[in-house]
Amino acid sequence: MRGSAAAVLGACIALVVLVIVAFAVGRFPVSAADLASILWGRLTGVEHGLDPTIETVVLRIRGPRVAAALLIGAALAAAGAAYQNMFRNPLVSPDILGVSAGAAVGAVLGIFLSLNVIMIQSLAFAFGLGAVGLVYVTANAVRGHDPLLVLVLAGVVVGSLLGACVALMKYLADPYNQLPAITFWLLGSLASASPDDVWSTLPLMLLGLVPMWLLRWRINLLSLDDEEARALGVETGRIRLVVIAAATLMTSAAVAISGVIGWIGLVIPHFARLLVGPDFSRLLAVSILLGAGFLLGVDTLARTVARIEIPLGVLTAFVGTPLFLWQLATARRGWQ
Amino acid sequence: MRLEARQLDFGYRDKRVGSGVSLSLEAGEVLCLLGPNGSGKTTLFKTMLGLLPPQGGTVLVDDVDLRSRAREEVARLVSYVPQAHAAFFPFTVEEVVLMGRTAHLSLFSSPSRRDREATLAAITRMQIGHLAESVYTRISGGERQLTLIARALAQDARIIVMDEPTANLDFGNQVRVLQHILALAQSGIGVLLSTHDPDHAFICADRVAMLHEGKLARMGVPEDAITAASLRELYGVSVEVTQIETNSGVRRTACFPLLQRQPGMTR
Repeated sequence: MRGSAAAVLGACIALVVLVIVAFAVGRFPVSAADLASILWGRLTGVEHGLDPTIETVVLRIRGPRVAAALLIGAALAAAGAAYQNMFRNPLVSPDILGVSAGAAVGAVLGIFLSLNVIMIQSLAFAFGLGAVGLVYVTANAVRGHDPLLVLVLAGVVVGSLLGACVALMKYLADPYNQLPAITFWLLGSLASASPDDVWSTLPLMLLGLVPMWLLRWRINLLSLDDEEARALGVETGRIRLVVIAAATLMTSAAVAISGVIGWIGLVIPHFARLLVGPDFSRLLAVSILLGAGFLLGVDTLARTVARIEIPLGVLTAFVGTPLFLWQLATARRGWQ
Repeated sequence: MRLEARQLDFGYRDKRVGSGVSLSLEAGEVLCLLGPNGSGKTTLFKTMLGLLPPQGGTVLVDDVDLRSRAREEVARLVSYVPQAHAAFFPFTVEEVVLMGRTAHLSLFSSPSRRDREATLAAITRMQIGHLAESVYTRISGGERQLTLIARALAQDARIIVMDEPTANLDFGNQVRVLQHILALAQSGIGVLLSTHDPDHAFICADRVAMLHEGKLARMGVPEDAITAASLRELYGVSVEVTQIETNSGVRRTACFPLLQRQPGMTR
């Protein structure tokens, strides 16, 4: 227990440091003192006497981007933690049931039809939810097998069908105009995150997070054998449906504004489990802290290390893969 | 309290495993189910726990149909000790036992201090206090079995169903588990268990039920039900069943398998 308190404290401090660093680097560096006085001025109405350009950078450009990174990182990690517990497998990630594939189809369709940004995001969100709904209904129609296995298989099948749809639209898209936009979206980016994005996503994230937090003890028991959990008094079918819905909501809300960002939902809960053990209430809290910090760190790298922005999905894979392999090689405490 | 199967047909929709089984168990009683591999013991147990729907007949707790009760309510009445298994995530022994309290928690709550106290009491009763902080996935099979029994105790049900609690345990752990079963019954808990060793029935059971190809072949007190003839029918082997008295004066009936000896074999 003392170890997990230290882990939470450490993750909180790291998160604050990352936020300060994220503001301090880039084309318009904002010092911690300037950041504090702008935020303080915003809260109390006191005049800070700084260059209005800096205020615009903080409130309109970098602030929303930092907030979106924190929010999306937290959401993807929380959804991953829930999915890993539920599917009793530490190698499962939020896109296992086809959320990302569905959202990708929605967004690519929006770009293909030259719709505006809000419509593209709405389509991504709707298709993400729709894909998981389809997977869930398909899995329920197939009876007489292990329900979890059927769910995962249905996810794989629906995911590859949706992948084919994306490929088809890429093939048909205008190669000068639409194809770059599609590719950019599929690789994930927070470059265009606006304050509106943050404010429209926040309630969806909370809507997903609240049931997950409320059901945290019962979610622990979902990691047992299905019959065992029921013998202990858990209505596994219903709880699983609620958790899938909550995790899907969070993931598709995240994917709708950032594009497809892999690895966070897989790697972060795994690390969190190493730090604080498998108990879901602690796992969820630490996953959220680590996920938020990880994506903020990666996004800061993405916009600073090179002359052009590096796509987030590429960078999370480059950072996440070696971390994960190193983890697998050095410790096995996370699961067996 | 009383758990009863009445003319129970059990199995799966496309595969009937057994039929017409009627048996009942009172709190404070030990009922031992014997039967060869594949005779349907586990399926019968799962049906009696409400984990599988009956294919015919009913399961009753205190004369109320199990199906009319909510999952949590059933869990407060009857608990289940599955065969010791591998867990997926490294929960500590204490956390595993704490999961037994779930049926006493409302949907959104986490275990309170009272639940932790009940958990510690169950752990102490099973004499595994030294394991409380150990990781469940890293302890031995015998220790896992004791942990799962502690979890069933924490669940605080009057009847515990144990699926082969002595399987895969070494001699010492088998005796330890049987000792605990006896103590549970003396404290007023009913235990329904399955085993592969008829001697275990002689040691701890009040009654024995024999399941043969999905049907109840025999039921009664161990000394009446377990005979050379019934064991031959059940397992297809020759066994002698004799009452013996040990040097220290303990009388007990026991089974002695008779092996065929080829001419020329030295033993």
